[in-house]
Amino acid sequence: MIDLLKFRLGYGRQTVAFPDGPPKFPERFRGRPAVDAARCPPGCAACVEVCPTDAILDPGVPSMRLDLGRCTFCGLCAEACPPGALRFTDDHRLAARRREELAVQGDAPVLAAALDAETRRLFGRSLKLRQVSAAGCNGCEAELNASGNIQFDVGRFGIQFVASPRHADGIVVTGPVSENMRLALQKTYEAVPAPRLVIAVGACAISGGVFRESPVVCGGTDAALAGIPVDLYVPGCPPHPITFVDGLLRVLGRIR
Amino acid sequence: MTDPIRPMPRPRALELLEAWNGEAVDARAVPVHPVGRFRAIVLEALRGGGRLAALFGRPEDGRILLTAVLADDPEGKLGLLATQVDGAYPSLSAEAPAAQGFERELAEQYGVRPEGHPWLKPLRFEPPHRSVRDAFGRADPAATIPGEYPFFAVEGEEVHEVAVGPVHAGIIEPGHFRFQCHGEHVFHLEIVLGYQHRGVEHLLASGPDRRSMTLAESIAGDTSIGHGLAYATAVEALAGRASPARALALRGVALELERLANHVGDLGALAGDVGYLPTASYCGALRAEFLNATAEICGNRFGRGLLVPGGVRFDLHPEAARALAARVRKAWERARGAAGLFFDSPSVRARLEGTGTVTRETAAALGLVGPAARACGVDRDVRRDHASGIYRFVHVPVVNAETGDVFARSWIRLLEGERSAAFAADQLENLPEGGVREAIGALAPRSLVVSLVEGWRGEIAHVAVTDAQGRLARYKVKDPSFHNWFGLAMALRNGQISDFPLCNKSFNLSYAGHDL
Repeated sequence: MIDLLKFRLGYGRQTVAFPDGPPKFPERFRGRPAVDAARCPPGCAACVEVCPTDAILDPGVPSMRLDLGRCTFCGLCAEACPPGALRFTDDHRLAARRREELAVQGDAPVLAAALDAETRRLFGRSLKLRQVSAAGCNGCEAELNASGNIQFDVGRFGIQFVASPRHADGIVVTGPVSENMRLALQKTYEAVPAPRLVIAVGACAISGGVFRESPVVCGGTDAALAGIPVDLYVPGCPPHPITFVDGLLRVLGRIR
Repeated sequence: MTDPIRPMPRPRALELLEAWNGEAVDARAVPVHPVGRFRAIVLEALRGGGRLAALFGRPEDGRILLTAVLADDPEGKLGLLATQVDGAYPSLSAEAPAAQGFERELAEQYGVRPEGHPWLKPLRFEPPHRSVRDAFGRADPAATIPGEYPFFAVEGEEVHEVAVGPVHAGIIEPGHFRFQCHGEHVFHLEIVLGYQHRGVEHLLASGPDRRSMTLAESIAGDTSIGHGLAYATAVEALAGRASPARALALRGVALELERLANHVGDLGALAGDVGYLPTASYCGALRAEFLNATAEICGNRFGRGLLVPGGVRFDLHPEAARALAARVRKAWERARGAAGLFFDSPSVRARLEGTGTVTRETAAALGLVGPAARACGVDRDVRRDHASGIYRFVHVPVVNAETGDVFARSWIRLLEGERSAAFAADQLENLPEGGVREAIGALAPRSLVVSLVEGWRGEIAHVAVTDAQGRLARYKVKDPSFHNWFGLAMALRNGQISDFPLCNKSFNLSYAGHDL
């Protein structure tokens, strides 16, 4: 017992300062990309040729965008772009309410809008989520698990992953949704009492990611749950736990 | 039962093609035997202590060329041989249980039926790769999903069945577990997987292309470096190039940091499962120290984007490398302390010891790999037995235990972590001079390479075969979980159903890596 207490005393506080203070990331962390088509040399498509997920839309023209819903944040496009038309910032704020908001241009933050007042009243101080891994590689799953540890501690905001869809206010989907998981995902969604949220975490769950051309996957949550709107998209491969927490706190109106 | 670590008998010349780990060979030089001779050679090698690292089919001239990769661990050599099969052939699994998963895969992918297979059931519920009669007699194999098959059932008045999954109570990948019980007593556990099937091998074949490296990193997200390294090394071998020494060292650092993150995380999760909360809390956060160390190198906590065929994409300045080494040593000291609290607690020891025991004989027969095998005293580790990259120059001592129970599988993580931390820090303090990346050219046509990496769960085996144009024609992936899932099923036999979460955590296997 004494050893335990000694260890505890030497250990200190582990919980991150975020959201009250700024989050800390390693120097090489790749957050939200900044896109500036004006820097593109004429006829250059070097970024498109290296992108593993075809995330770059309209390269070289003023409408050029980078689709965060597909992006794996590998950074190969920025590496292939000496003029700096594409570069990665350290901005962790990536989550969005609508799919089209994920196609970013320029250097403006992506900020998920808060849910309507009634939904915030219901879930704002207590949000219970059921996680469905639907062919996720365990990268996103590992980061969702980390969001509950003593460092990121989503529990302090009343957010918790629960053991049954009957206890949940929404589902968190990871993975490109394999054909073999489509039915289980649909059934889990139906087992959650309404009103319910759908949150898609990671490039695979948003767009199919690097698996989107596979014939044995649905290509993400929207495709697998046809007709059911996704309430929050959290990009990344996998998203940093702080990106996930940031997105949740924004839709709940806890940070603005 | 034969001793699993004896050198395997050396078959006569021309019976198999010898190769090293990471050595590209002429695919046409792999001897093709009649199926009877093929079986005899493989079974003799396995009886003599050899190991089946891979067994896979690929279409050739309207039939299926079945290639076996035998590993001779004490000699550090691989042996390749093949046979042509179609329709049906006498199964290896009846005599060599380590072949069971491979033969189910073959039946599922190509409709080739291994006659006499003791457990012939679909493996991943993937659509067949060619249109022939289904080996399992299903009317529409493409439309069946996991779980749609007859389960093994025990009958009796008080026997009952417990079904769990595919969606689990925590944040866990999907799989279905079916227990046959009498009260708390488990007669049998059947594990049904395939929910995670994404078509990885299909997407990798016809490459390499711009998706390939990212795909390899996504085979199992907690093993991005392990699988990424197996892929990068295979492609380099086919291109006849090696990475610069500094890149090899950085790759080794990343592989050991991945091992540390997962081992420390597992110790925390095991502590959580037995209700020992201090270690559960500390290790959860300490795991992040190792993930963040990886992110210091390449910007991603899982090492994504670090590897590239030809080297690594990120270098470290000398001061940054020294600072990182100090950080790794400090993080390990804390992890050792947190794990020490756990293992020094008598109630924890009582819960772990004697739970979920797998015997050495069972482990060897099933072909278990990694910590799950070493916990049973089956002394195998690719880093030593088939050393490649930095491990050819710097050795990491291999750790074994004897008891094969949850305690052994936990304790071995602490001991391995100790050595990995020392290795990673030493490498960071002594990085070789020079560049970290070289361009690689086209791949050699009609070549084959076996690329083995000791991931944190055990041996990762990739086999790449190129066509006449130097494109990948077949890319076979074997995650360590492929063998080890059956080890978990055996660990539960005659145990208590309440031991399942703890046993499961002590293996901590990959669903995605198995399902591909």
